[in-house]
Amino acid sequence: MEATFRIWRGALGSGTFADYRTETSDGMVVLDAVHDIQATQAPDLAVRWNCKAGKCGSCSAEVNGRPRLMCMTRLSDLDLSKPVTIEPMQAFPHSRDLVTDVSWNFRVKHQIKPFTPRTPDAADGTWRMQQEDVDRVQEFRKCIECFLCQDVCHVLRDHHLHEEFVGPRYLVYTSALEMHPLDTQERRDELRKAHGIGYCNITKCCTTVCPEGIQITDNAIIPMKERVMDHAFDPIVKLVGLMTGKVAGP
Amino acid sequence: MTHTTVPLTRRRAGETLRRDAWWIQPAVVFLVLSSFVVYATWAAFQNAHYTAGPYLSPFYSPEIFGDSPHAWFGPKPGWWPGWLPFSPALLILPIPGLFRFTCYYYRGAYYKAFWADPPSCAVGEPRKRYLGERYFPLVFQNIHRYFLMISVVFLGFLTHDVWKAFWFTNPAGGVEFGVGVGTLVLALNVVMLTGYTLGCHSMRHILGGFRDQFSLKPLFRVPYRCSTCLNAAHNRWAWTSLLMVAFTDLYVRLCSMGIWVDVRIL
Repeated sequence: MEATFRIWRGALGSGTFADYRTETSDGMVVLDAVHDIQATQAPDLAVRWNCKAGKCGSCSAEVNGRPRLMCMTRLSDLDLSKPVTIEPMQAFPHSRDLVTDVSWNFRVKHQIKPFTPRTPDAADGTWRMQQEDVDRVQEFRKCIECFLCQDVCHVLRDHHLHEEFVGPRYLVYTSALEMHPLDTQERRDELRKAHGIGYCNITKCCTTVCPEGIQITDNAIIPMKERVMDHAFDPIVKLVGLMTGKVAGP
Repeated sequence: MTHTTVPLTRRRAGETLRRDAWWIQPAVVFLVLSSFVVYATWAAFQNAHYTAGPYLSPFYSPEIFGDSPHAWFGPKPGWWPGWLPFSPALLILPIPGLFRFTCYYYRGAYYKAFWADPPSCAVGEPRKRYLGERYFPLVFQNIHRYFLMISVVFLGFLTHDVWKAFWFTNPAGGVEFGVGVGTLVLALNVVMLTGYTLGCHSMRHILGGFRDQFSLKPLFRVPYRCSTCLNAAHNRWAWTSLLMVAFTDLYVRLCSMGIWVDVRIL
């Protein structure tokens, strides 16, 4: 059957939706339709993509208003009797058509204290870890950096607090480092101040859109909020730390 | 490659290209939470019909001061200001109320439903200014763990109420073991509240989430895993326990008023 795709066309923030009709078939995803339109009707249509398998995180866009990977959005899941809207992510500066400039994310990543392992456990410079100690961290390693979580986060999307809040992706990244059994770095102060974890009001939109199914809010952000609470606010934890001579933390 | 910075445009309140009925979920949350708050406030100020036989409404438990046989220290104290309305529930309800108010799950739900912050995911917000939980007053949401600890103590009182709900006064004036529908209602209420409380995110942190290596402290392993298991369905525990606690109060109230008759099973 034929379907209409209403695609955002324009550059540097200005533009308009343009309608394209194309033939669809069983098994097609939104990215297939976009490629079809690019090949037959709009050769200058800018779209970022790479693996077509939901693993590179390149083809992030908003399909019918929802942040999604175009390559993982089946047409059979959409109502094709109405035009399917495809627009670029809203939380990042627009470049052209469906492409946005996501370089802010990479700059943010550089601000986070890197992995700092303890001294090696063995003389050959290697470490020993138990699987149960890295189970939690492995969930976060599934992240493909599609930045859909950043796009849907209202702190970035609606309030544009990019200078004060690192966004869910980098709270997950920090969690992976903070919970790592070998890591010795202290990041809780930065989490509270420079990374603005307090801006997150736990609406779980990031979890909802994650194509890898990472429980961003429950398993990464809230545990970090609790650790920040230990470190910055909780007088009982501070008192116990003073009495036992141990600094609060893992 | 050159970069040109383009200012991001802000969407208007409620603006979205979403096609689904995104407003249903926040509307239902608004309706259910509002109804619960109205009912709980009304029930708390009643100061009547909160006991029926061996049953005590969870809104009034523990009854520190009060007129029923469940009261720990007898009737309303003399020092209670005359201008201040008294009800045993008013001494109790702030704790579970604030426990739920500061709960991570409810926060996410009511920020959407009551503050439209955001109204729903990828839907434009009505306000430009946003402070999140970083500044006063919402920074105080961080005290959730203290209300959790007090709520755990309250669970003990509610469990004791279930135990007392097994003992009925017989016509001869003695006390005998028995099971009524109300006993089961009170017990189910405790099960729901326990599932909600033990799966709380702060509980999960206290039970081991703060550690990086469980292999070094195996004592934390099982409690953390159990809490994590409950936490995976924390939203469902939150709603079912909320509705159950209201129903338990309603059951005791209607039995006390003689509208419902408690059926003895044993």
